Amino acid sequence: MYDIIIVGAGTAGLSAAIYGVRAGKKVLVFEAETYGGQIINTLEIENYPGIKKVSGYDFATNLYQQTLDLGAEIKFEKVLKILAEEEEKKVVTDGGEYLTKTVILATGAKNRPLGLEKEKELIGRGISYCATCDGAFYKGKAVAVNGGGNTALEDAIFLASYCSKVYVIHRRETFRGEEKLLQTLKKKPNVEFVLNSNITKLLGDEVLEGVVVKDIKTDEEQTISISGLFIAIGQVPNNSIFAGLIELDQSGYIIGKEDCKTNAEGIFVAGDTRTKNVRQLATAASDGAIAGLAACEYIG
Amino acid sequence: MRITELNANNYEAEVMHANQTVLVDFWAPWCGPCRMLTPIVEEISKELTDVKVCKVNVDDESELARKYKVMTIPTLILFKEGNAVASSIGLKTKNAIVDMIRNA
Repeated sequence: MYDIIIVGAGTAGLSAAIYGVRAGKKVLVFEAETYGGQIINTLEIENYPGIKKVSGYDFATNLYQQTLDLGAEIKFEKVLKILAEEEEKKVVTDGGEYLTKTVILATGAKNRPLGLEKEKELIGRGISYCATCDGAFYKGKAVAVNGGGNTALEDAIFLASYCSKVYVIHRRETFRGEEKLLQTLKKKPNVEFVLNSNITKLLGDEVLEGVVVKDIKTDEEQTISISGLFIAIGQVPNNSIFAGLIELDQSGYIIGKEDCKTNAEGIFVAGDTRTKNVRQLATAASDGAIAGLAACEYIG
Repeated sequence: MRITELNANNYEAEVMHANQTVLVDFWAPWCGPCRMLTPIVEEISKELTDVKVCKVNVDDESELARKYKVMTIPTLILFKEGNAVASSIGLKTKNAIVDMIRNA
């Protein structure tokens, strides 16, 4: 019997584990893929209080090692379901069944796909969700960025210095991203804005060759030839297996306030997968601390 | 088995004319997911003794990356008798990579 089982070994989950083991609890963390969560894709973190600069990889690896050294257990198994009819909860994974007094869900979020045909097949063959990771492979080529938030604007600015042409495709007239970024982007001579438009089709079989874009006001379609499409249209959580267990909002985020409690007794939520306004590294760590201590308090 | 670093001069001999299956890991030191994949690829090189594991630093060997149409890293490409027979993109678990090698 564990005191706390945590689902997800990203920043929120591992932070929760640290607070749990330091309070003397028996803690097990499940991770379906690799530790670290989304931060491993970040080249350099420069906004985490107390650390001037660190790579996402180093941050994640230090956190992972710290969690293990403090005495938490981490198993690389995929959680299939959680049963909570009784006071003690049962976590079923692809590796076994585990009993626990409390559960902390820290399942994070993933890049939102466009949902178009061939999208999956073309990932890494022209479609990317990470401009800083893949931008250099598109040197001198025409590319497009899809989205209207900070990530899309930052991606477009970054790509404009490598690529011959950068189209910014956005479904609205105005941008949600910061004005300062937009002004920087507007000064780039090789950037063209394609506004009020949705991508309706991906062209190319082996590699991406272009996109069909539809103007939502005029319904007119045009084909844009590009070798790279960088998708930055936000994130989606992955909590469908918990739908019967706890309350989710319309987008699938787990409903929880700043106290990280869910509607179910003894089940807590931490990090990007919780309903919240600010999803940052610091707030993921903060949620981890709150959820970890809340679980300890619940156990008593 | 030791991991071989590939470059423009040795890849013909190491990959194209190899008499065993070759797994090539395209990576770069600044890429977080690549660094996460490194210990996994190292384990595979120790455990699957019939597979030769090679690495390509795409910053130093951009020609090789272009030749194999690598447009994201990490990318793994599996070669048999000099032909690319399978590939995988992004960070993968050890089991997924071993399955790819065994099923190719």
